[in-house]
Amino acid sequence: MCIDCGCGDAANTHDHNHEHDHTHEHGHTHRGSDGKEYRHTHDNDQPEHEHGRKIRVEQDVLSKNNDIAIENRQWLDRHHITALNMMSSPGAGKTMLLEKTLERLPQDCTVAVLVGDQETDLDAQRLQGRGSMVKQINTYQCCHLDAAMISRELEAYGDAHINILLIENIGNLVCPASFDLGEHSRVAMLSVTEGEDKPVKYPVLFNGADVVLITKTDLIPHLDWDMQKCHSYIRKSGSRARIIELSARSGEGMDAWIDYLQTMKRHD
Amino acid sequence: MHEMSLAQALVDKATELAEKDGCHKVLSLDVSIGALSGVMRESLEFCFPVVARGTALDGATLNVTEVPLKAECSNCRRISYPEPFEIECSHCGSMNLKVTEGRDFKLISLEVE
Repeated sequence: MCIDCGCGDAANTHDHNHEHDHTHEHGHTHRGSDGKEYRHTHDNDQPEHEHGRKIRVEQDVLSKNNDIAIENRQWLDRHHITALNMMSSPGAGKTMLLEKTLERLPQDCTVAVLVGDQETDLDAQRLQGRGSMVKQINTYQCCHLDAAMISRELEAYGDAHINILLIENIGNLVCPASFDLGEHSRVAMLSVTEGEDKPVKYPVLFNGADVVLITKTDLIPHLDWDMQKCHSYIRKSGSRARIIELSARSGEGMDAWIDYLQTMKRHD
Repeated sequence: MHEMSLAQALVDKATELAEKDGCHKVLSLDVSIGALSGVMRESLEFCFPVVARGTALDGATLNVTEVPLKAECSNCRRISYPEPFEIECSHCGSMNLKVTEGRDFKLISLEVE
C-alpha cells in the first residue's frame, strides 16, 4: 500500500451500491530522488503495483572498495611504503617505463612492482632480473584492479624492506579510474601516438591524476604532435597534475620522473 | 566494462542495508551518478538486473538520477556547471576550479517490502 497517500487502505476505499462497468483512477504522487513530485495513476482493472517502505541511505556504492583502500594505505604507511597506481591505455609504454625506472632508481629506492593484466605473466617476466620484487596479478575477465586484489598481495611486502610499490594497472583509460587501490599517487600516462585529446575524451582518469606522464616523446619528430595542445587538454579535464614529458627509450625526461619518485619516497 | 563490478557493488551494498533493516525484498532503489563518477548509465542499467537475479533485489526497479558537475572557481569564487571535458569557469574563464558535486556514485534510497 502506498505510504505517501494511503491509497488502497480500507479507510480510502469507496463503496458502490449500483452496478455499472467503469474504470476509475486513483492518482497520487511520489517524491523522486531528485526531490520532484511524480504523479501516476492506477486503473482498477490493472493489477496494483507494490509499494513498500522507503529507507533513505545516501551511501557511496563503492564504500567497500574505498574502505579496503583506506586499510591498504594505512598498512603501507605503517610499513613506510609509498604506492603509485600507474594507469594508461594499452600500449602507452607502462612496462617499458617500469623497466627503465628499475634500472635508473638509486640504491636507496627499494622497489616492488605489481603488474596487472587479464592474462599471462609476460610483463612480470620482462621486469624480472632488475633487483626488484615483481609479482603478476591476473584479473582474467576483470578490466581493472581493485583494492581487495592489492590487499591480498601486501602481506608479502611486510618484511621486504621496500619503500616504493609501483602498481601497473590494467591497460584501460576507463575502468581503473573508479577504483581507489590505497595508492599515494595516481599516475596517468598518455603516449604521443595516441593523440593530444585523450585527456578530454577520458576526463575521469585524467581529472583524478596526481601526475600525468606524456610518454614516447622520442617519436614526436615522426608525428603531428602539438605538445601545448596536449597540456591544454589535460587542464581542460580539470587536472592540476604535474606533467612530465619523457621517453623511456631515449632517456629524455626520465630524470624528472625519477626525481618525482624520490620525493614521494618516505624518508622516515 | 566495469559497470558489472559496479552493479555487483550496488547489489551488495543494497542487500546489506536492507538486511540491516530486517528486510529481504527490495522493490526499487534510487541511485545517483555523477558526471565525473566514471559510471555509464546505460551499462549500469544493463548489468543491474543480471547481477540482481536471485538476490533480495531480484526484479527491483533501478531509478537513476544523473548529477551534473558543479564546481567552484578558485579565482572568482562563483559556481559553474561545466562539462567534464571542459572544466573551466563559465564566468571568468579560469581553469582553476574545485569540483564540489558530480564525482560520486551513490545509493540514495531503497524501497523495501
